[in-house]
Amino acid sequence: MRRKFIIKKTMYAIITVFIVLIFNYILFRILPGDPLSMIMRNPRATPEMVDTVSALYGLDKPWYTQFIMYFQNMLHGDLGMSFVYKSSVTGVIATKILPTLWMLGMAEIIAIIVGIFLGIVAAANRGTKIDVGTLGFSLVTYSMPTFWLGIIMVSVFCVGLRIFPVGGMQSPGMSFAGEGAQLLDILHHSVLPIITMSILLIGEYALTMRNTLMDVLEEDYILTAKAKGFSRKYILRKHAVPNAMLPMITIIAINLGLVIGGAIQIETVFSWPGLGSLMYESLSARDYPLLQGLFLLITISVVLANYLTDITYSYIDPRVKD
Amino acid sequence: MDNNIIEVKNLKVYFKLKNIFGKKKNLVVKAVDGVSFEIKEGEILSLVGESGSGKTTTGKALLQLVNCEFDVLKFQGKEMDLTKKGLNSFRQKAQMIYQDPYQSLNPRQQIIDIVTEPLEVNKLISSEEERLKRAKEALEQAGLKPGEDYFFRYPYELSGGQRQRVVIASSMIMSPKFIVADEPVSMLDASIRTGILKLMIELKEKNNLAYLFITHDLSLAWLISDRIAIMYLGKIMEIGEANIIINEGVHPYTKALIRVMPKAGVKRDGLRDVLEGEVPNPTSINSGCKFCNRCPLATEICFEQEPEMKRIGKNHYAACHKLEENSEE
Repeated sequence: MRRKFIIKKTMYAIITVFIVLIFNYILFRILPGDPLSMIMRNPRATPEMVDTVSALYGLDKPWYTQFIMYFQNMLHGDLGMSFVYKSSVTGVIATKILPTLWMLGMAEIIAIIVGIFLGIVAAANRGTKIDVGTLGFSLVTYSMPTFWLGIIMVSVFCVGLRIFPVGGMQSPGMSFAGEGAQLLDILHHSVLPIITMSILLIGEYALTMRNTLMDVLEEDYILTAKAKGFSRKYILRKHAVPNAMLPMITIIAINLGLVIGGAIQIETVFSWPGLGSLMYESLSARDYPLLQGLFLLITISVVLANYLTDITYSYIDPRVKD
Repeated sequence: MDNNIIEVKNLKVYFKLKNIFGKKKNLVVKAVDGVSFEIKEGEILSLVGESGSGKTTTGKALLQLVNCEFDVLKFQGKEMDLTKKGLNSFRQKAQMIYQDPYQSLNPRQQIIDIVTEPLEVNKLISSEEERLKRAKEALEQAGLKPGEDYFFRYPYELSGGQRQRVVIASSMIMSPKFIVADEPVSMLDASIRTGILKLMIELKEKNNLAYLFITHDLSLAWLISDRIAIMYLGKIMEIGEANIIINEGVHPYTKALIRVMPKAGVKRDGLRDVLEGEVPNPTSINSGCKFCNRCPLATEICFEQEPEMKRIGKNHYAACHKLEENSEE
């Protein structure tokens, strides 16, 4: 039963990725703008030169041949050459993926833990000042624009208090005494973006946790547990929170999938050398292969995250099997 | 003689309405407004009324699951101990069965955990073997045979009737003395109802249980209970032995309910004499009798003064101005 379920979900995931692949390909080709002029950046280029470059990138062939070529290369792990970086897309992405994973991954982990905790505290103390306070905090941070909070944080902690560096992931032009010192420097640079990002994420988790937990606390089986004389804490821990965690897992998975995509705004504000900045750059430079590569990565990670959620669900929620 | 399992005098549950800013408005919903009754050991008292009459709230208040006020609340002849410890020991002897077996079981627990949870939380079992033995006993007592077949299944794998049996098994495992059964069969198919009712009565006989049986179905109440209390808008209108209420009910509201009861073998001619109007909004109840604006007999006094409970006959009381007190035996 469960094997059938997993096979079915795997098929769905593969089909989804394939469809998104086609969309990605078409989407960037119907964007206005000429990639050739962006590659060459030379208004006086002769028609021969244009032809040569065009052939180099395979742009002279009809669109379907280009698509088949793209698809074949992709299966070999070759995502093409970046127009801007003039090197392989896979290589460019690989250098940027770790900073993003580190920064957003940490921010997500902090936000998930704090958010769930706040949600539980608020729901358990429904209607009290604690609840109203948590609700207010969550709503304010949830609706705050990313760049705005980023700029405020920079101006307070970097410009005003001078505790943290303004941007980037490492101090420029330094040669470090050892790996320890370099790691410390990176850590120092990461604190502010991580905190900012987690503040922005906490609200969503806290609000969702509070709402689902409050719904669960209204259920009859909670009243049953109460009538059986179980303590409040026990009911919360054993009956309410486990059932309220189910919808949380969905949001966590979706957000984790998006982590890979990077947060364009936050990375731009903190000049963080991650995938978000890369996407912004390649979008303004019409770097199709790089954009395609990035979108492919995001697609796959979102689909994968959802796929893993479905599989996890089948293990933790006995009702989900087919 | 005092073999009352539970006795309550002047039970009140008021809900204050709040506006959207959480400020208290001056509107109060009197869900239960001065209810008094007692249930003897091994007795079934049915609480019958329309939806919104406060039956369920009364049941919850008895088990101290909602905030309530009362003059007297005695359990097994003793004043209820409302401290945490007192409530804990009370809740081992008083249990609740709910209307909807699809809602009252934690979907993520296996049947054996649901059934034995009270034992584990109260640390009444020491070994896994004992746990399995007790679970098997409880399930088989509730008519799920063989018990061990159900141990590791989840509620969603069971039918409504089986779920309700699981609910009963887990309520019975602490050998309670008193059970509030809140419409325990109204969500079940007609074919399964009898089985569950028979089981409940069987368990009552065996363990000398007392039930507060909450239902909107007067014929069902008549079938299973020793006494019936008719509730309307948070008040008991009439209370007495089941047969007396059904055959010699005196309160206008009781009579209206009995008129619409289906009777076997009787063909009705013409329309039923159905009570007119809706249950009024509980926030805007006037000072008089709660039933006055739907009552066919209402006169001026009914709108002005709330009627007292009057003795009509042996163990038979009703609250109506139009009735004569009868104190002879």
